[in-house]
Amino acid sequence: MKLSLKVWRQKDAKSKGAMVDYSLEGVEGDMSFLEMLDVLNEQLIDNGEEPVVFDHDCREGICGSCSLQINGEPHGPDRLVTTCQLHMRKFNDGDTIVIEPFRAKSFPVLKDLIVDRSAFDRIQQAGGYISVNTSGNTVDANATPIDKHAADEAMDAATCIGCGACVAACKNASAMLFTSAKVSQYALLPQGQVEATQRVQSMVRQMDLEGFGNCTNTGACEIECPKGISLENIARMNREYFSANLKG
Amino acid sequence: MGILDSKVPAGPLAEKWTNHKNNIDLVNPANKRNIDIIVVGTGLAGGSAAATLAELGYNVKTFCYQDSPRRAHSIAAQGGINAAKNYQGDGDSNYRLFYDTVKGGDYRSREANVYRLAEVSANIIDQCVAQGVPFAREYGGLLDNRSFGGVLVSRTFYAKGQTGQQLLLGAYSAMNRQINRGKIKSFTRHEMMDLVKVDGKARGIIARNLVTGEIERHSAHAVVLATGGYGNVFFLSTNAMGSNVMAAWRAHRKGAFFANPCYTQIHPTCIPVSGEHQSKLTLMSESLRNDGRIWVPKRLEDAKAIREGKMTPLQLKEEDRDYYLERRYPAFGNLVPRDVASRAAKERCDAGFGVNKTGEAVYLDFASAIERYGKEKALIAGLNNADKNTITTLGKAVVEAKYGNLFQMYEKIVDENPYETPMMIYPAVHYTMGGLWVDYNLQTTIAGCYAAGEANFSDHGANRLGASALMQGLADGYFVLPYTIGNYLSKDIRTGPIPTDSAEFDEAEKEVRDRLSKLMSGSGLHSVDYYHKKLGKIMWNKCGMSRNAEHLQEAIDEISALRADFWENVKIPGSIEGINQELEKAGRVADFLELGELFAKDALTRNESCGGHFREEYQTPEGEALRDDKNFKFVSAWEYKGAPKDAVLHKEELIYENIELKTRSYK
Repeated sequence: MKLSLKVWRQKDAKSKGAMVDYSLEGVEGDMSFLEMLDVLNEQLIDNGEEPVVFDHDCREGICGSCSLQINGEPHGPDRLVTTCQLHMRKFNDGDTIVIEPFRAKSFPVLKDLIVDRSAFDRIQQAGGYISVNTSGNTVDANATPIDKHAADEAMDAATCIGCGACVAACKNASAMLFTSAKVSQYALLPQGQVEATQRVQSMVRQMDLEGFGNCTNTGACEIECPKGISLENIARMNREYFSANLKG
Repeated sequence: MGILDSKVPAGPLAEKWTNHKNNIDLVNPANKRNIDIIVVGTGLAGGSAAATLAELGYNVKTFCYQDSPRRAHSIAAQGGINAAKNYQGDGDSNYRLFYDTVKGGDYRSREANVYRLAEVSANIIDQCVAQGVPFAREYGGLLDNRSFGGVLVSRTFYAKGQTGQQLLLGAYSAMNRQINRGKIKSFTRHEMMDLVKVDGKARGIIARNLVTGEIERHSAHAVVLATGGYGNVFFLSTNAMGSNVMAAWRAHRKGAFFANPCYTQIHPTCIPVSGEHQSKLTLMSESLRNDGRIWVPKRLEDAKAIREGKMTPLQLKEEDRDYYLERRYPAFGNLVPRDVASRAAKERCDAGFGVNKTGEAVYLDFASAIERYGKEKALIAGLNNADKNTITTLGKAVVEAKYGNLFQMYEKIVDENPYETPMMIYPAVHYTMGGLWVDYNLQTTIAGCYAAGEANFSDHGANRLGASALMQGLADGYFVLPYTIGNYLSKDIRTGPIPTDSAEFDEAEKEVRDRLSKLMSGSGLHSVDYYHKKLGKIMWNKCGMSRNAEHLQEAIDEISALRADFWENVKIPGSIEGINQELEKAGRVADFLELGELFAKDALTRNESCGGHFREEYQTPEGEALRDDKNFKFVSAWEYKGAPKDAVLHKEELIYENIELKTRSYK
């Protein structure tokens, strides 16, 4: 198929960017979206131009590196997939595709389609852990039975890949879905109880410091999340946060 | 004893590690504060090592090329992690895990290392649960297990199909706690460009900041390389796009021996290649073989009709299907080890029985599992006369609960519903057992330079069993390195900070800058990918699932010529400053072009078939691997001497005191 692409090009963090038009032929339905961009880049390199840079690594939908706002949607039109697992069969011959970086004040553009998502790391560093040293002498793994339902729910929250689609989808650029997924994972497990109060307070404080917006319950994050992280996590984090503040 | 001293402690196998820990020197807590350690790579091995070393009080600097430590490719491991917990009461023990791993590795691994791995495996599960890793559980609240290829017990712990992800996020959370305390300084989007040696010891690295392009100097008292494997030398593999051998290869060029480069794991259950545009391959967890049955048509004409789209697999009757693994290996059936399953698939496809348009695919069929589970569920629900539809619906729900995310991934990529039509799979490069040679302490042949996880060679011999990579990465990082590195660093308590303005750092930085300029100055004929794809084709066709002397010699010559062409004609747009992904790729491919040749040379030297290394000249009349213990019971450790063709072979004889060497049989 033949496509018209409108791609965001920006030299570096300080420069101004702009949309640039490209036309691309020979795209096949079995190609992933990123393989389509590989073809574009081969073409650009052949013409002596600089290729479009974008974050990607595993290309299996699990590392969370790839991003891209495709026709206005994070990770494009398909549901429950990252950009690397979006296939060109979802598009038609002659389509125009608009490709931009994730847009949020807290995710500054570094070049072209690459944004800086280190704010997510700093939120995790603020308290996204259980304080246990490596010793080899912790209690036996089966000493504390955990209700299967709770364990499964914790797993569902823990599957967040930290890609940032929730932020890019939100009109407020809120990071509540991301932060609440980690808070929930620990809140659902007995191991996470001891530090629960401090954890939710520290992580929310860091989230605010990074400049992410507030949640106004539009639910866009849940729809665009490639891993199907549920809005219930935000409700759970709010409960955790209020009860933590009551405890002081 | 030759030049290689494995430093395996004396004493009975089961006591070696405990005795060793009791006898090595320690560093007191006040002194640890004055010692710096660099950890390159933040996957399971690097992440767990960095967190643990920082907990102990050392000052740690971590480096990864990704934008966050959480994105290392350990995250893509699906199936599970082995541990000799014997929670299922099916007779598992440290010895049995040790035995299975040595046998699975086709008797080409070091006994003492493997036993230690089995010994600490149970601690890993305890540690991860304490960190909040959400492993799968049974209704009683206890941890669930499943079985994996090449073994007869259920010792694999898992977190849906995302075990690697959850274990990595556990290690990442432990790192985050130390970053928050200021004990780890994390450098993301940084690539190690070279190792710096001072007085023969590893004392730092030269790194490139991948955002600004700046070349940076970082010093430390010891350097840990946990930089993964080199499967991307094949271009197409299940590795991440950025996975590379640069750190390990730079260390090799500075004196670290490279062991068994030809031992590559070709994983049997990957999604087949769809076309020339393909950039990488996707693995489907081996756990699928617990319930999926592998087959091809019995008759050539049926296979041909299916390839041409004139017939569907559902039209073939049971008696017209060849369940070739069950036929050839009745004891292990579809659960034979990876190397055996991969070769058997290639054998059938080479014989003309492949089932997709390229002729390189076999079926993995869940129909019997769906029926079996459906009947069981119907019985539990009290439906004594359930019709076929009800049974199928109930069975599909069970299969979905177990493998739902994998089925979804398959459907997204292939555009076929695997609940209705059998999946198609084909082997793909997945893991490299070879790597930097290390002694029992995980130290390379350079003092103060350690290698952990897939980057070293030590535990898997010539073939790795499923769910053992996660185990080894975490064993090395959480439970081995933190002890052994202390023994080395105990001699460094009076050294003080390592300066970065020495002649050694000057020279290393100059070499890096010269190399980058040289890369940028190619004539501009072909892109980096052009060379990488060419290299990959040579590797796959001549150093892949089966090898012979003639092809290997051709590979050596072709890779050497391709390397010369690359340095002369590669095209890299942009500049050394700022983000330049083509330049990043070029540096990695340049090293693959050296490693690839050594790989072929190693395969040519090893005149036997063992594990993932199958030489066509050395096979039984039935086509099984023919090992030669008399002449090849050694580790090949290569010393760098300039061009790969000049590399010098050193042999570490493998001594088996606790296991009797047998012909590996899964029949």
